[in-house]
Amino acid sequence: MAGTDQTSKDFIQIIDLRKSYGDNHVLRGVDMVVSRGETTVIIGGSGAGKTVLLKHVIGLEKPDSGQVIVDGEDITVMNDVALGRVRRKFGMVFQFGALFDSMSLFDNVAFPLREHAHLKPREIRERVMNMLRLLGLDDAWNRFPGDLSGGMRKRGGVARALIMEPGILIYDEPTTGLDPLAARNVDQLIVETAARFKVTSLVITHDMTTCFGVGQKVNVLYEGRIAFTGAPADLAVSSEPVVRQFLGSSGVSMDRVKPLIASS
Amino acid sequence: MIDRILKAVLKFPLAFFQELGELGILAFNVFFWALRPPYRFGVLINALAFVGVGSIFIVGLTGIFTGAVLALQSYQGFRQFRAEGMVGGVVGMSLTRELGPVFSALMVSSRAGSAMATELGTMRVTDQIDAIATMAVNPIQYLVVPRVLATMIMLPALCMLFNVVGMFGAWFVAIHILDIDPGVFFERLRLWVDPSDVFGGLFKSVVFGFLISLIACHKGFHASGGAAGVGEATTKAVVYSAVVILVVDYFLTTLMVSNG
Repeated sequence: MAGTDQTSKDFIQIIDLRKSYGDNHVLRGVDMVVSRGETTVIIGGSGAGKTVLLKHVIGLEKPDSGQVIVDGEDITVMNDVALGRVRRKFGMVFQFGALFDSMSLFDNVAFPLREHAHLKPREIRERVMNMLRLLGLDDAWNRFPGDLSGGMRKRGGVARALIMEPGILIYDEPTTGLDPLAARNVDQLIVETAARFKVTSLVITHDMTTCFGVGQKVNVLYEGRIAFTGAPADLAVSSEPVVRQFLGSSGVSMDRVKPLIASS
Repeated sequence: MIDRILKAVLKFPLAFFQELGELGILAFNVFFWALRPPYRFGVLINALAFVGVGSIFIVGLTGIFTGAVLALQSYQGFRQFRAEGMVGGVVGMSLTRELGPVFSALMVSSRAGSAMATELGTMRVTDQIDAIATMAVNPIQYLVVPRVLATMIMLPALCMLFNVVGMFGAWFVAIHILDIDPGVFFERLRLWVDPSDVFGGLFKSVVFGFLISLIACHKGFHASGGAAGVGEATTKAVVYSAVVILVVDYFLTTLMVSNG
């Protein structure tokens, strides 16, 4: 593959990304990197452009200008066919799982395998059941998404994203709409998944606790730009006014954050 | 001021042409992705079963009563000048040329088209379509192509069913209720209805099938705004389909009459 640089430390590199919808300038020059093997968090309030940024990273939207470089290739200039090839490097975990309603959990997780891997039915069954077992879902293999709890659906989404052994796992607002306890379970799931499968992770969230709980590197997205990049510990003591304001308004007290930083 | 008036006046034509443009782009994409491998026969079979087999009952039911009422009404007209025997021919012509293709398309649009718009709309607002794309499967190829193909294949078959069952309804009313001579009934039918009438109607069905599935998928694919958005997409899909069927039918008929 031309331009592929497998040894580069950066899995994803975003360079001066800009996007406007009419007069609404959502991304105003985003620069950031996602390093291989790390869990990177993008945190921002609602309307900061998180979802738009995510759609650019996976190539669902084209920017007005700027580049998104995945594994050494600029995906902003690719057509749908070439994008299809790059997207196999991504495993995407959607906010509410986005499992297909019309399929059982087993068929959901088997979907990417059936589409892309030329395996015998028996091999598919083994791989899918193995993945479901690792995520504690093996008893629910024949149930439909409508019958699963929110947390199970999210784990199902993780199973489906992981089954193709992607280079990077992307979580879109993983804790939105969950109660605090379930949200911490999801944080734990992210940390465990990253450790067990040695997968690079990108977490997009507005949840400060998730940010400190799972992040090895944090990017604060504010008004279409990255206002802060660094370790969570540095974020907590940053003197940047925007960051202070965001930390303050997020309701996270530093006393609660400090033990989280210590443990991560 | 002029600015605003112009905007208000142009709002509907602009929306119309934007809709037309989007449909055109989707149609192009459907052709493109229909030809590209992989061909998912299992998915196509499911769509065929849903559009075709699932619609047999409703199309048969409407067909039988359409034929029956047509026989009843034309009998009332022809009786005034003692031409009751014409009922078979007239019903046959109306069914095969117009009512078969148009009514079966309307029924399939309100049953299968609305279901397509709802299903795709729900998939859109719950990120399932984006999920398909991120798993490196083209959503148009996976979701839209089988539905469009299935409707283009199944609608002519359902139209033929409508014709046959409708003719049966007309026969029953004419022979058993109105006491028309069966010999005259069938002779008129044989003399008046050409195979070309049937094939013309079936050709219309293929075009209608393409259009209603394309409209339904387009509306569902671009739904937004949660449950309300999905409902709106479904309503629009059915209403637009009905209008398009009737308008396109007129122009197709014009074309066929002038050529044949």
